[in-house]
Amino acid sequence: MPTYVDPDACNACADVHGGPQCVYICPNDLMVLDSGSEKGFNQEPEMCSECYACVKLCPTDAIHVRGYADFVPLGASVQPRRVDLGLTWTVKFRDGRELQFTYPSRTKPAGSSQPYQSFTEDPVADLKSQALAGESLWLGVDALPTLASK
Amino acid sequence: MPLPATETVECDILIIGGGMSGCGAAFEAKYWSRDLKVVLVEKAVIERSGATGEGLSAINCYMGQRYGWNTPEDFVHYVVNDMMGLAREDLVYDVGRHVDSSVHLLEEWGLPVWKKDNGEYERIGRWQIPIHGESIKPITAEPARQALGQENIYERVNITHLLTDADDVGRIAGAIGFAVRENKFYVFKAKAVLITCGGAANVFRPRSVNEGLGRTWYSVFATGAAYGLMIPIGTEMTQMEHRFVPTRFKDGYGPVGMWFQYFHARVTNSLGEDYTVTRDDELRKYEPYGSAIPTPTPLRNHQMFLDIKAGLGPMYMRTDEAMQKLAQGDPAKMDQVRDEAWEDFLDMTIAQALTWASQNIMPEDTPSEVVLAEPYIMGSHSGEAGAWVSGPEDLSPTEYFWGYNKMTTIQGLFAAGDGVGAAPHKFSSGSFTEGRLAAKAAVNYVLDHPQASGVSDAQVRNLQEAIWAPLATFDRHKGASSSEEVNPNFVNPKQALVRLQKIMDEYAGGTSTWYTTNGPTLERGIALIEMLREDLKHLAARNRHELLRCWEVVHRTWVGEAHMRHLLHRKETRWPGYYYRSDYPDLDDANWRVFVNSKYDAASDSWDIFTKPYIQVVK
Ligand SMILES: Cc1cc2nc3c(=O)[nH]c(=O)nc-3n(C[C@H](O)[C@H](O)[C@H](O)COP(=O)(O)OP(=O)(O)OC[C@H]3O[C@@H](n4cnc5c(N)ncnc54)[C@H](O)[C@@H]3O)c2cc1C
Ligand code: SF4
Ligand code: SF4
Repeated sequence: MPTYVDPDACNACADVHGGPQCVYICPNDLMVLDSGSEKGFNQEPEMCSECYACVKLCPTDAIHVRGYADFVPLGASVQPRRVDLGLTWTVKFRDGRELQFTYPSRTKPAGSSQPYQSFTEDPVADLKSQALAGESLWLGVDALPTLASK
Repeated sequence: MPLPATETVECDILIIGGGMSGCGAAFEAKYWSRDLKVVLVEKAVIERSGATGEGLSAINCYMGQRYGWNTPEDFVHYVVNDMMGLAREDLVYDVGRHVDSSVHLLEEWGLPVWKKDNGEYERIGRWQIPIHGESIKPITAEPARQALGQENIYERVNITHLLTDADDVGRIAGAIGFAVRENKFYVFKAKAVLITCGGAANVFRPRSVNEGLGRTWYSVFATGAAYGLMIPIGTEMTQMEHRFVPTRFKDGYGPVGMWFQYFHARVTNSLGEDYTVTRDDELRKYEPYGSAIPTPTPLRNHQMFLDIKAGLGPMYMRTDEAMQKLAQGDPAKMDQVRDEAWEDFLDMTIAQALTWASQNIMPEDTPSEVVLAEPYIMGSHSGEAGAWVSGPEDLSPTEYFWGYNKMTTIQGLFAAGDGVGAAPHKFSSGSFTEGRLAAKAAVNYVLDHPQASGVSDAQVRNLQEAIWAPLATFDRHKGASSSEEVNPNFVNPKQALVRLQKIMDEYAGGTSTWYTTNGPTLERGIALIEMLREDLKHLAARNRHELLRCWEVVHRTWVGEAHMRHLLHRKETRWPGYYYRSDYPDLDDANWRVFVNSKYDAASDSWDIFTKPYIQVVK
């Protein structure tokens, strides 16, 4: 459902890493800064997949989603807010009812992964083997299965 | 119009696309490659790009070998049946035997997996485990970014063409594209190239219209680039006639897997009947697949389709019935079930949650409509279109093996995820795994072939002119009309997309033709798509954003044309429920349990379509 930006809330967030966050993140190159008003703006709403990547990242909660006018009745909204390692969603119904849900998104803070920690495969000796990096540690069974018939 | 500057990047291995398979490839390549230079190029930003950018609520490919749940052999039997007899068993087995290690790594990196009290993974179905997957993509991207280093990741660069060796068109040399956010070309010269740029949505006219055109089931970001890059250079493709028609919640396209498998919901028609019961006999027409457990996805579609065609809709997913049954009158239990029901969509298809709220649907009280959606062409989910690749040395018969795992028929060109054909049901975890497998093989390939390919300057120059042509076309002709959109000299990318979708819908068996086509209809459709391909030389773009859309529709058109040509070649109806050939309505195992493959030849602008044998690898 296409995003729209509340102009009063948007501060163009140009000082954040990567520049205006919605422009930075949109996977479909939709969000731009309007050259006149310096506000975030969806330049092609009919190509928006309401993935919410921009909504989740906007530092001022300025981005909302209005369901596609073609088939979504007016009046509802679904809005996320980041909480520690997760999101809280507020779901407002057309008839005014409201639900709230909080779900975890990750077990570790961003930036804490250590790609090859404790891997034992030798990059030279094991290069021709079928094993992938770290499988002796992470496969979960003693040996990589293969087919007896071959 | 002057052409912009060119930045040339020389590397050993180039990964095109930073989705699930591209991130897996980056992580794996760096481990084995020691001092080789590995570069990743992505049209968006890898933290949210691709089909998992919105998040997922389940990992759909997990064996659970450590729990004794399944073996890779079990997985092969399941996948081959679901594909009605046709999948490359070597490739499917290969994903199956490695995929658990990928899932365990994702968990280690911070992906929250639902657990039982005893610490084991929770299960949804035989292969599916539930996750709190809203951040699966940033979690997957982080190690890839760390492994390669920021200086080797080029984002907001859209790749338009592959480059082949100046003296050998059968050998890869790199890729070319343009920066989406600045006036600049990129030329990547590489010894090995990995295609990991996703499947194809929006090739068929979607059920959504106008403002909703971007609300497709498979990600609208999936523009068919994997196929649109590989086909024009003559890469052998397989099963491009295959498609996936998903049963989805109506309008919001919410997936149904969790509802069928975890909540055990039924779908009922306007008479309250369950088509899996009333149309059980229909399955007997499609033996041995009809008796397989579970019933193959196309056949389940087919049963529902018969109800819809008979005018027995609307079809309702009985969320009410299922949730009440699970809660058994216990309010605390109902809270938990409600939480899980909404999380399924809030983690993965937020539009469906909004559709519920907008229609005042509380799923525990009100059932939701489901429909059969438009067709999608891809290779990682329940579709099996893609490149014909070599299997691994220890599994593949000679017909399926030519030296390097996941290498296409172009020397040094590898594929993974949606880009690999005849190896479906990989989903997120399997695509990530296949990217890793392709990357390790690519390292081996580069170490065995250390000499760089040659790139011809003339080829680069010609392609640059072609890439920039839509901007030049608009500039040259805009004065001929007082409208920027209606001009006799050009077509804009949205118009071209709509034309492609209309052709596919009407001639290749989309929703408006009840998924039905025949030989003469396909021939007519191919004639129209050939004219579209000619007209794409007259695409016009007002800015770089539209230039991006131009190249997306070029890639999608290659997918559409390949799809129709393959459909025409396969003279049977192998996947009722996905499509019907009215002139060959039956499944014909005796003659057609074979792969349909194709090669496009640019010099003669012609297609060679032929078959390759299905070989049973797993007993
Ligand atoms: C709605 C939905 C629900 C799903 N549900 C599940 C689920 O529950 N469980 C599960 O396991 N899987 C699920 N999947 C499937 C899973 O997301 C895919 O199988 C997987 O992402 C495919 O990986 P890939 O690497 O082939 O493609 P993608 O992950 O789509 O990556 C492709 C990448 O290539 C980039 N790219 C494309 N074109 C170009 C170009 N021209 N130049 C440069 N870069 C380019 C894209 O931006 C993207 O980053 C779901 C998918 C969707 C859309
Ligand atoms: S991310 Fe939010 S604050 Fe920043 S430019 Fe976009 S709408 Fe404005
Ligand atoms: S919701 Fe997704 S597709 Fe739509 S503008 Fe935001 S980031 Fe882009």
